[in-house]
Amino acid sequence: MLIRLIIICVTLDPPSNPDTMKSTALLALLAMSACAWAGDQEIALNIRDHRFEPAEIRVPAGQKIKLVVHNQDKTPEEFESHELNREKVIPAGAKVSIFVGPLAPGKYPFFGEFHEKTAKGMIVAE
Amino acid sequence: MLGSAIIVFRETFEAALIIGIIAAVTRSLPGRNRWLALGVLAGIAGSGIVASLAEWISNLAEGTGQEIFNAGVLGIAAAMLAWHNIWMARHGAQLARDARQLGLAVREGNREMSALALVIALAVLREGSETALFLYGLLAGGSQTLADVLAGGALGLAAGAASGYALYSGFVHIPARLFFSATSGLILLLASAMASQMARFLAQADFVPSLATPLWDTSWLLDDQSTLGRFLHTLVGYEAMPSGIQVLFYVATALLILGGMRLARSRPPLLATS
Repeated sequence: MLIRLIIICVTLDPPSNPDTMKSTALLALLAMSACAWAGDQEIALNIRDHRFEPAEIRVPAGQKIKLVVHNQDKTPEEFESHELNREKVIPAGAKVSIFVGPLAPGKYPFFGEFHEKTAKGMIVAE
Repeated sequence: MLGSAIIVFRETFEAALIIGIIAAVTRSLPGRNRWLALGVLAGIAGSGIVASLAEWISNLAEGTGQEIFNAGVLGIAAAMLAWHNIWMARHGAQLARDARQLGLAVREGNREMSALALVIALAVLREGSETALFLYGLLAGGSQTLADVLAGGALGLAAGAASGYALYSGFVHIPARLFFSATSGLILLLASAMASQMARFLAQADFVPSLATPLWDTSWLLDDQSTLGRFLHTLVGYEAMPSGIQVLFYVATALLILGGMRLARSRPPLLATS
């Protein structure tokens, strides 16, 4: 996102008169807010009683996704997925971000390594 | 108990293999055992500290503190290994073999050992802090008794240590003639593997793009969760489904170290004159 912003800043020509200066400033503001809003899609994932909620997440293929995982249990968990190539410890009560993708269409199972029997989930990219 | 033993084994396996390799590589350096022990102990102490700060670290940088920490640890370890290989290329196999006889080499050897002890400490730190968190979670979960957790942990630790020792004893039986090139080749791949893991953490925290996830999929051939897969993952960085950025970091690191070694080799070693 930072790189995108820099590109926008660089491509904006220096203003020559007050009118274009105003519109340029407006454009830059719009571009910045657009970047902030059109950022990566955020998806909330909770861990409660050693289970993922929701257990199935549908995401658009070809886009980077930000998973915001909130561990509501009193014990740590490790989010792991071989298919997504991700691995991360989430301490008790912590809320962490995990970026995945962009993904090709398909199913990507994940699990909690510390409670493998119950903590299972799946990302479906379509 | 078995469940905790398996997870502790998985976590300690990687650190144990790294210790095994470094112990083999440094077998003729003076004061080696002291340095190795120092590395392991520092790593264990650090594990406790990192585990107790886990929540704080996780919350840093909008929930990506853990990735930054891991990437930093891996980057330092890879740099130390790179430095080792370049140092060895400069001073040659001769020095490594005769280090004990060369009084002058002790200071150099200590510098060398301190760098490698740091690699060990960092490997133990990374795996150890996760193990500590996991075991703590088992206890806090209340489903297992302290005795169960300790017994499982000890079993897993013993199995991990045994695999590290097995690798070590395999290595020290390599003929001296081949030893130098075998170990520097292995260290080169180990450092590249660490760089690739570092890239994965950086992509996970969105500091670098993943570039193609995955670039290829060889899980039909060798699953990286199998024992052999895990072994090769630690040693040479094998991954069944790597992202493009990991392959890029891997190749770039290998080329940089090879270039450094070649450059070092072309200059006369300092110690040869004394």
